[in-house]
Amino acid sequence: MDQPGLYIHVPFCRSKCPYCDFYSLANTSLMRDWLDAVISEMGIYKGCFKTFNTLYLGGGTPSFLPGPHLEALVTQVRGHFAFAPDAEMSIETNPRDLTAEEAALLKTLGFNRINVGVQSFHDDELCFLGRQHNAKDAIAAVSRLRDAGFDNVGLDLIYGLPGQDMERWLDTLEKGLSFEPEHLSCYQLTIEKGTVFGRRKEEGDLDPIGEDVEREFFLTTSEFLTGRGYCHYEISNFARDTKHTCLHNEKYWRRTPYLGLGPAAHSFQEGRRWWNVRSVRGYCEALRNDRAPVEGEETLSPAQAHLESVALGLRTRRGFDSSEIVNQMERKKLDELESRGFLHRDGNRVVPTREGFLVAEQIPLYLCEEGRL
Amino acid sequence: MEKIRNFSIIAHIDHGKSTLADRLIQKAGLVDDRKFRDQILDNMDIERERGITIKSQAVTLPYVNKEGKAFELNLIDTPGHVDFSYEVSRALASCEGVLLVVDASQGVEAQTVANLYAAMEHDLEIIPVINKIDLPSADIERVKEEIEVDLGLDSEQAILCSAKEGTGIEEVLDAVVEYIPPPKGSTDDPLKALIFDAHYDPFRGTIVSCRVFSGSLAPGDTIRLMYNNAAYRVEEVGIFRLAREPMKRLSAGEVGYIISGIKTVSDVRIGDTVTLDTHPAAEPLPGFKEVKPVVFSSIYPISSDDYHSLSEALEKYKLNDAALVYQKDSSVALGVGFRCGFLGLLHLEIVQERLEREFGQSLIMTVPTVRYKFILTNGETVLVDNPIDYPEPVTIDKALEPYIRASIMIPERYMGVVMDLCLERRGVNSQFTYPTPGRIEIQFDMPLAEVIYDFYDKLKTVTQGYGSFDYDLLDYRESDLVRMDILVNGEKVDALSQIVFRENARKRALQACDRLREEIPRHMFKIAIQGAIGGNIIARKTISPFRKDVTAKCYGGDITRKRKLLEKQKKGKKRMKMIGSVSIPQSAFVAVLKSESK
Repeated sequence: MDQPGLYIHVPFCRSKCPYCDFYSLANTSLMRDWLDAVISEMGIYKGCFKTFNTLYLGGGTPSFLPGPHLEALVTQVRGHFAFAPDAEMSIETNPRDLTAEEAALLKTLGFNRINVGVQSFHDDELCFLGRQHNAKDAIAAVSRLRDAGFDNVGLDLIYGLPGQDMERWLDTLEKGLSFEPEHLSCYQLTIEKGTVFGRRKEEGDLDPIGEDVEREFFLTTSEFLTGRGYCHYEISNFARDTKHTCLHNEKYWRRTPYLGLGPAAHSFQEGRRWWNVRSVRGYCEALRNDRAPVEGEETLSPAQAHLESVALGLRTRRGFDSSEIVNQMERKKLDELESRGFLHRDGNRVVPTREGFLVAEQIPLYLCEEGRL
Repeated sequence: MEKIRNFSIIAHIDHGKSTLADRLIQKAGLVDDRKFRDQILDNMDIERERGITIKSQAVTLPYVNKEGKAFELNLIDTPGHVDFSYEVSRALASCEGVLLVVDASQGVEAQTVANLYAAMEHDLEIIPVINKIDLPSADIERVKEEIEVDLGLDSEQAILCSAKEGTGIEEVLDAVVEYIPPPKGSTDDPLKALIFDAHYDPFRGTIVSCRVFSGSLAPGDTIRLMYNNAAYRVEEVGIFRLAREPMKRLSAGEVGYIISGIKTVSDVRIGDTVTLDTHPAAEPLPGFKEVKPVVFSSIYPISSDDYHSLSEALEKYKLNDAALVYQKDSSVALGVGFRCGFLGLLHLEIVQERLEREFGQSLIMTVPTVRYKFILTNGETVLVDNPIDYPEPVTIDKALEPYIRASIMIPERYMGVVMDLCLERRGVNSQFTYPTPGRIEIQFDMPLAEVIYDFYDKLKTVTQGYGSFDYDLLDYRESDLVRMDILVNGEKVDALSQIVFRENARKRALQACDRLREEIPRHMFKIAIQGAIGGNIIARKTISPFRKDVTAKCYGGDITRKRKLLEKQKKGKKRMKMIGSVSIPQSAFVAVLKSESK
């Protein structure tokens, strides 16, 4: 588990979704430059990390890359870095890109875990979300992955759309389960500033669902999927069994080292975190001039690391190590949270309950002693 | 003595008192133009920021008039708030005249009249000054008429100036020389010097500011403070020229300072008379009053580890503020702290702000209260200025609370709203006088407890700033008092208890619960806030919990952003106090008294 993970940010999409605030461009003019830049960025970190046991191509929409680009990228990754033989190799895909040829290519390139951006199995919801595919495309895409022999498929779904009722959400979940996916990410729709939805909210054109409904969706989702045998291992993530959690994402929550390549990507190693410039242009420019495209970095103080460990740990079923709690006051508050049913102890771990998941961002605020910051 | 003039500047707020003082100082050439800064007499940050004067300050200005005669003009700057009215009265008692500044566009306002009365009480020569004549909205003719009619002063004598532009400043100085009489008093008589201020200097000890009325003193003399009956050897005397300027001798008519090894300002009483030990005056100067605190509140460190640091800070602060009194106090909810007595609410705010800013303390202040008197069934009388000390109800025979005589001056048109306000605050025995046409002075007997919090603000609001307010303490009167407690999630928070008039208890309890509901942030669990008298719950409000607070996505790039957000929120929490399992913000402890939300 301590082996590092490698992330590559592919900042291109066919079109910008109105809710998404991840960094991506909806035009491909810089794609070639980006590819050259990422390859030269790999050179910077050659030999700096131990053998990786995960690769994660995220975005943006990595499946939007033309086949030859993707092939070149993977070849270069393997040329620069060592991977464990059983490494988890993930890629995020859009259902529209998942032709039989694409599925075969992914297989050939060695990907063994495919995430599909399904979001919903209802066309009106997909249309609201600005997606370029329909429910039929999604169903076809997942089937093709199975046909190509992928045995680790994850579906990304979104719930909590304004006006969405629970039945329709459960219907989407049910349709998703019919593929027996190894992994499900169920994200509550968050209206972020700077997105199209964010603007619509400011203009009063979009009404978020409100805390009580959010809570109901969250609890229903968790109960429904655990009832069907899934493991609710992180706030928004479910695995068919403990073997199918996303090893790569777990590195973020466990504070295991990772290297992020590409614009806006973050890296973490030995308590130091650094991040790349956000714009594709600026990123490419830096690497063309033989400069590291790093925009900023931080080294965490023990108090910051403490707060972060607790906060990240609380996002997962694994919780945090009880050794994080050091003083009388924190111990007292821990007892209080335990008695109120937000946390429980599991050996030397402090683990959030479902109620704890719901207020996972309040707990560290309450629990961590201010004096330590 | 013919060359000396002692004067003060008085004005309604924002009519340009400090700017005029600045110009007079510049005209006298006391300070290099390059080194000049606005509000030069106000040394404290808090004075500059709020645009107020808290401490009296004197400065001696050299001035040569057109005929080539040289004068020494002593300007005594005074505080402008009712909390410090005693200090103001001592500063005015040190003068022979005042400049009464009136804004050329605003005209005569409430405080102008109140100030005029204060000056008249001391028989001072009054020179009206119309300031801000550069303003496009200036209406000099109308203001002159108001000076004539509302103030009863000769408007022909009014000097036109713009302190901002520096016009008319020489005329002001000439008027000071011409109209304000030189001081009287003989150097041969026994020494009588009036102390109008004292401040602490870490190197020299207490610097006493005084006006010599008769006799003289020089380094080496032994002086006696008549009220305290304490003797000191004079180390240095001198006059103020922004910085201190030592002199061989201070004589009758002069304003200056004395340094004589007095350790703290608390050893000096403002208004006391300084005389010579060898040749004492038969009696002190008139008008001495011992200033007593009227408002009480407790100060606690937010973190109980900081008690010693707070204790040291208070000790140091006290060196420069004789009016503050304090003693150790403890609360179940807040731990160990200090019970403090203040001159009024502005004084309280100033102490709080200076402890936080100049001494780096993080404080919680509890609800301010007055000092009540209880006569117990066993005949004993107890004074209670802390709700924690409220006696067992069954042992109380009679409860008394302090009353004041409030004087409010307003334009006639506000009479209705001001009457309503006073009656709502339990005012009785109203009296009305009409000092000038269109203006009315209302007097009421009112419980002090009803005015300490937001009465002045309220008055300003309902009179659109035209109301002036002053008060004198009257006596203790019988009342029906109860202690209203606040419970947070069933736990009594002693620091939030208040002693209230029984009839108002329910209203106050609801107010307190409402304010706490606004002040206390949501928690992960429901919070019940209750008001109670003894075991009776008389008000209840709840704060609903967070139903959901977690973001959907937290991957590589989100982690730093998320942690920084948490750190920011946690910093905000530093100013909260944990009571049981509930975090209560510092501001909540005083907010419970407010009748309306922010």
